[in-house]
Amino acid sequence: MKKIIELKNVNKWFDKFQALKDINLEVNQQEKIVICGPSGSGKSTLIRCINRLEEHQDGQIIVDGNEISENTKDIEKIRAEVGMVFQQFNLFPHLSILDNCTLAPIWVKKMPKKQAEEIAMKNLERVQIADQAKKFPGQLSGGQQQRSALARALCMEPKIMLFDEPTSALDPEMIKEVLDSMVDLAKAGMTMIVVTHEMGFAKEVADNMIFMDEGKIVEKAKTKDFFDNPKSDRTKLFLSQIL
Amino acid sequence: MKNILIRPTKENLANFVTLGGFLIFISFLDVLINTFFKINFTSFLPSKLSYFAPLIIGTIGLYFIRIEYSGNRLLDKINTNFNSNNLNAILTLLVIFALIKYIPPILNWFFFDANFAGNTKEDCTGSGACWVFVKVWFNRFVYGMYPDAEQWRINSAFIMLFALVAASFFVPAKLKKYFLIFLIFVYPIIGLKLISGGEFGLKYVETGAWGGLSLTFIVSAFALILCFPIGMFLALGRRSNLPAIRFTSIGFIELWRGVPLITVLFMSAVMFPMFLPDGTYVDKLIRVLIAITLFEAAYMAEVIRGGLQALPKGQYEAAKSLGMGYWRMHFLIILPQALKLVIPGIANTFLALVKDTPLIFVVGLLELAGMVNLAKTNPKWLGMAMEGYVFAGLVFWVICYAMSRYSQNLERKLSTER
Repeated sequence: MKKIIELKNVNKWFDKFQALKDINLEVNQQEKIVICGPSGSGKSTLIRCINRLEEHQDGQIIVDGNEISENTKDIEKIRAEVGMVFQQFNLFPHLSILDNCTLAPIWVKKMPKKQAEEIAMKNLERVQIADQAKKFPGQLSGGQQQRSALARALCMEPKIMLFDEPTSALDPEMIKEVLDSMVDLAKAGMTMIVVTHEMGFAKEVADNMIFMDEGKIVEKAKTKDFFDNPKSDRTKLFLSQIL
Repeated sequence: MKNILIRPTKENLANFVTLGGFLIFISFLDVLINTFFKINFTSFLPSKLSYFAPLIIGTIGLYFIRIEYSGNRLLDKINTNFNSNNLNAILTLLVIFALIKYIPPILNWFFFDANFAGNTKEDCTGSGACWVFVKVWFNRFVYGMYPDAEQWRINSAFIMLFALVAASFFVPAKLKKYFLIFLIFVYPIIGLKLISGGEFGLKYVETGAWGGLSLTFIVSAFALILCFPIGMFLALGRRSNLPAIRFTSIGFIELWRGVPLITVLFMSAVMFPMFLPDGTYVDKLIRVLIAITLFEAAYMAEVIRGGLQALPKGQYEAAKSLGMGYWRMHFLIILPQALKLVIPGIANTFLALVKDTPLIFVVGLLELAGMVNLAKTNPKWLGMAMEGYVFAGLVFWVICYAMSRYSQNLERKLSTER
């Protein structure tokens, strides 16, 4: 298996607070990793460092063969290959769902409009909201918005997808529809790193589980081992609280 | 207390409403007769009491008809909206009396006693406004000192502008882009050449002769179109991560915001030429245009920055995560939303700009208000300041109100939170 993301001894500080401590992580192509942990443990910061929405101060992050640092000239090129879905959807409210999906392919990848729209419709179909394409984000439910955001990221045809608590801002009923779309995506062979508290989803799709606390990776294990016999006491405590 | 004050109740509704209605009628009658026939039928009272008599009588009348849940719809409506307590009753009466007293004289001055016919000041025999003044000077108010024979050039420049603007609303969406580019980059040059002349067989008219309403439009339009993009870049600059750009923008904005416009204009006229090498000459109007543009751009920058601040961080992150660089992120995602948010603020700045144009009189350029100022000092037309300024005020109000309506329209059209 080919390594697509590699983190070596990554450290990050927000002023004096150390958010990430000596993170080492390797992600292979088509691997699905779920990161869990209490809030403030650095899960979001970790995946936001991978597409440099946050800057790390120490260590190496290598994405698809390119090291990400302040010297990276084409950070946009790397970001275009790494899709991201946010907790708050972050759709562009001034554009219709279709335009949300076609904007980046047209302007960043220089795709002809017609082709971009075809791809957008294909992806909207995939997340089952093709009928909402002409609507504006404000007119959709939370679940539909999050699926649109997923479709928007997929339209860039990324090699890696990052999910930053994609269901935390949703009503319980809508969580399922979003998770279903994510399961489909996982089955199609996408490389995924997912920060989530949805353990059912984790059991279904994750190859590996990571448990983080206080900026450190406390435990990394195969999904089955992680749930059946966690090694660290901290992990056991966490799992006993959320399962 | 109950015995002293007569309390209007629902039981004897008819009596109280009749009594109250009568008192209110008397109070209105007093004011009306006083206003239109100059007869004061309460003159037997002490003068101060006589002056307030209608107010007192009316208030008592309103007190009598203040009956809750009377069952009469009209009465209930009056009571809840205008007559809910004694203070409101007095305020209601005061407003109505003031309208009765002051609206007719204004109408008289404007229309009924005003003079419209004639060509000289002596034709104004009525006691009202002398609109003859505006009529005779109308040409000057619109075109300034621009030679009469050449005024078709200003007309055609403006007709062309309106035609282009109107056409850009109706052409298909695909062509709209080219229309706008033409309007913003090509038209101003054509328009200016047409008005200033000097080429293509057109007689040269120096900018000192330009004036009146057409100059108001020229100055406003140029400043509006130019200050907007400059303000936009200044706003972005002020939020830049690069210290050199950020501090330049802050310095620029604070410098221009800290100086009164009239000072800026004066400097552009008096100081600026001193810094130019001998022999070079920049037209007065162009200097003024640059000064106003930069001045308003500083304000525009802060308005737009307000919109930029209001956008959630997630919008920037989403744009970045899709691989957009700084300029694409700003022009496709951030600015469209930020500008929409601050349409009221932008409209505010634009209105202020239009109303600031009369200040160009300090460098000797006379737009509409300036021409009025000049006309009223003409020996043949002394004492016409009121008519002139009312006219100028009305014209400015119409322009500004139209702009304000347009901005509201735009807000509604661009709203996607349906």
